[in-house]
Amino acid sequence: MKLRTALLGAVAAMGFAPAAFADRGTDGEVKLTFPQAVSIMNPYLSGGTKDIYAASMVLEPLAGLSPEGVLIPKLVTEIPTVENGGVSADMTSITWKLIPGLLWSDGTPVTAADAVFTWQYCTHPEGGCSQATKYEGVANVEAVDDSTIKVTFDGPKANPYTAFVSALSPVIQKAQFEACLGAAAPTCTDANNMPIGTGAFKVVGFTVNDTVSMEANPNYRDPAKPAFATAMIKGGGDAESSARAVMETGEFDYAWNTQIPPDSQAAMAAAGKGEFVVAFGTLVERIEMNTTDPSADLPEGERSTAKHPHPILSDIKVRTALSMAIDRSILVEVGYGAGGKPTCNVIPGPEGWASDNTGCLTQDLEGAKALLEEAGWTDTDGDGVRDKDGKKLKLLYQTTVNPIRQDFQALVKDWWTEIGVEVELKSVDPGVFFGGDPGSPDTFQKFYADVEMYANNSESPDPESYLSQYMCEKAPTPESQWQGENINRFCDPAYDALIVELGTTTDLAKRQEIAKKLNDMVTKDSMTVIPLVHRGTLSAHSNALGGVQINAWDSELWNVADWFRVK
Amino acid sequence: MLTFTLRRLLLAIPTLLAISLVIFLLVDYAPGSPLSDIPLTVPPDVRQKMIEAMGADQPVFVRYLLWLKQFFWIEPMTQFDYWFGTSYMEGEQRILSWQTRSPVFSIIGERLPQTLIVIGTAYLVGILIALPIGIYSAYRQYSIFDQAGTLVAMIGFSVPTFFSGTLLIIIFAVWLGWFPTKYDTTLEVTDWASFLEQLRQMAMPVMTLGLANAAAISRYMRSSMLDNMSMDYVRTARAKGLSERTVVLKHVLRNSLIPVVTVIALGIPSIFGGAIITENLFGVNGIGAALIGAIHASDLPMVQTLAFIFAVLIVLFNLIADVLYGFLDPRIRYD
Repeated sequence: MKLRTALLGAVAAMGFAPAAFADRGTDGEVKLTFPQAVSIMNPYLSGGTKDIYAASMVLEPLAGLSPEGVLIPKLVTEIPTVENGGVSADMTSITWKLIPGLLWSDGTPVTAADAVFTWQYCTHPEGGCSQATKYEGVANVEAVDDSTIKVTFDGPKANPYTAFVSALSPVIQKAQFEACLGAAAPTCTDANNMPIGTGAFKVVGFTVNDTVSMEANPNYRDPAKPAFATAMIKGGGDAESSARAVMETGEFDYAWNTQIPPDSQAAMAAAGKGEFVVAFGTLVERIEMNTTDPSADLPEGERSTAKHPHPILSDIKVRTALSMAIDRSILVEVGYGAGGKPTCNVIPGPEGWASDNTGCLTQDLEGAKALLEEAGWTDTDGDGVRDKDGKKLKLLYQTTVNPIRQDFQALVKDWWTEIGVEVELKSVDPGVFFGGDPGSPDTFQKFYADVEMYANNSESPDPESYLSQYMCEKAPTPESQWQGENINRFCDPAYDALIVELGTTTDLAKRQEIAKKLNDMVTKDSMTVIPLVHRGTLSAHSNALGGVQINAWDSELWNVADWFRVK
Repeated sequence: MLTFTLRRLLLAIPTLLAISLVIFLLVDYAPGSPLSDIPLTVPPDVRQKMIEAMGADQPVFVRYLLWLKQFFWIEPMTQFDYWFGTSYMEGEQRILSWQTRSPVFSIIGERLPQTLIVIGTAYLVGILIALPIGIYSAYRQYSIFDQAGTLVAMIGFSVPTFFSGTLLIIIFAVWLGWFPTKYDTTLEVTDWASFLEQLRQMAMPVMTLGLANAAAISRYMRSSMLDNMSMDYVRTARAKGLSERTVVLKHVLRNSLIPVVTVIALGIPSIFGGAIITENLFGVNGIGAALIGAIHASDLPMVQTLAFIFAVLIVLFNLIADVLYGFLDPRIRYD
């Protein structure tokens, strides 16, 4: 009897014990493709989205963000708040508690010392860490004990969830990166390409700018995950070929950033092998108005500076008329299809932060004409172009070389020509436009044009730092080597005061209210920024891949541990 | 012959130095920044720190001299260390790519095999198709075969690879589903099944490039054959009563090959250079794809090193073509 029980027990153990682990690695391989290949697996040295997303399968932050933009614990037991005592009442420190027994993929324990080291690594003055803003305002990170991390700020911080939150700020292993501090950071090729992490996968092979090969992390904290035994990311080509590999040939399971023309989207979706998914974050394609005079007649060093207000665009009526003449839904239809929607806000989301500003959505050409008349711009010589005091209403409209942007330029030029504005178009190589070289006349910061179009976004759902870009002091000037984020040199003391207020406000509802007010000040109240399209990231996944939940606030691959093969 | 080769090699040194300087200045003064791919959310002061960490803020001539030292001293010595297990270059800064922070030569080493296999095969396939077509087209000038060959060659010449490649993808991958559209570099050939898989993934890029290569070479072969067919020595050979086979394949072909060999030899550096468009289209991670990626990212060390290696190869293969002349044509002697 005893023997029988023992045998039964053994059989049961054999039957059940593996069952608990049976889910990990049972679904074979998951194949991802990125239109730009992965260059490095260390997000602190890259900054390119492709690298950050790829690294997010391996490296994890203490807390991430859900598709709704809500904080979710990753390596910690819970999200610290003022209520649960994790955030000090004066908002000057935050204390995180690591999950007990957490292991790196090499089997060593994750401790608070790793987080402290991560902070030292990224804030080292010679390291050139691309995520340094995540640790801005952090005075100290200390290990209270092996599993308790205390982050102290140099003052009250309204939003303490920056350091170690989201895929931009993951925890790296001290043991692996110890010799890579500061100037030595780029020389640690092996660590940068094959970091040891806590994520669902671990890197087993890396070919620069081509393929990342991964295996399920044997020490992942959920023994049943990930469902896939191996994963690979193949990069290169373009958005079209990535989309095709998922939607038409079915070679890949997931393709990130498949922004292709709307008609191609429809054709590929018709093949029935997969579907497109869109993540709407805060990316807004906009036209920025230059509030200063970019005229080439001005001496170098005074062009596009606050010394000379713009002769035409300083009048809010002109700016409003230009916005009214645009039909945003046509722009979406032509350029983005499912990947975009018309917007009037610079902060289009998340819900709660977005203003209910919809006034710009209907095109009103007649109204625009009337406004220009009112502003004194009339067509006196009958050549179709309005003029005032002998000066023509003529604008230089610049953007980067990009097929969608050139379509937009052509459409907007048509509408503006119709209301009597002469438009000259210019397109600049994106490498130059965004390159920030102070010696080049064509950077978007220098803004040697009347209006310019590009896209920008807030990197976190809380838009404080994003909105602070429009403060007076952040205008690019010759003195600042033309560096600065306040591209249109917008300057309103009331705006700056509100930003300061936002920095000290901790109540969420109040913060949102201020953010909406700030949003309205640069958009509908002053028409300094004309938002056009709220752009999403269009990605594609095959019908055979389950569990995909697209996320605009964190890495798109945030829940890769939950992905599975649809059988 | 030996003195000629040596003289040419010595002459190549100042030439290459001048080329390297020109490339460096061209790439450096070209507009663009290594940080243009970084999202706008990264603020200016962080960008400045990143630039400093790359060393991109140093003056041009400092970076050029450093690059010279790295290219001609540190990199060869690192290779020496690797081969003989020594450690002379421990801690020395190798040429690092700005974009990936990896040593440029490891990236090239990783990518060269793919380029040589795919582009090399395409070149070989191109030659193997082109030579018989060229010979027979010339021998039967204005026959239907010649006309058809001309048509195919014109198509190969005038259709750009981004078009023919996409066409192949739509036909063979999307409609027929025979071949994969993305080259899998992690595939290791260990048995017949994986060898077959390798052939499948090579099929489309090789077809695309092979057609373009064959078109050019077959034209050269044909016209060179035609030039020789009307020569007096051919008439003499026929008058001697030699068989047509001997006349064409021994006498005419051997003489006609001289210019064709030059064309083929001068084309070899382009194999190492990879094929920018085709590699990108099919996801072959070769040198061409690396070059265009580096240009887009303003990755100066990578572009500079690759462009310079191409320059070296071109100088080298010009020399090889000249030396080959001597073997093919006994009349040519350089001493």
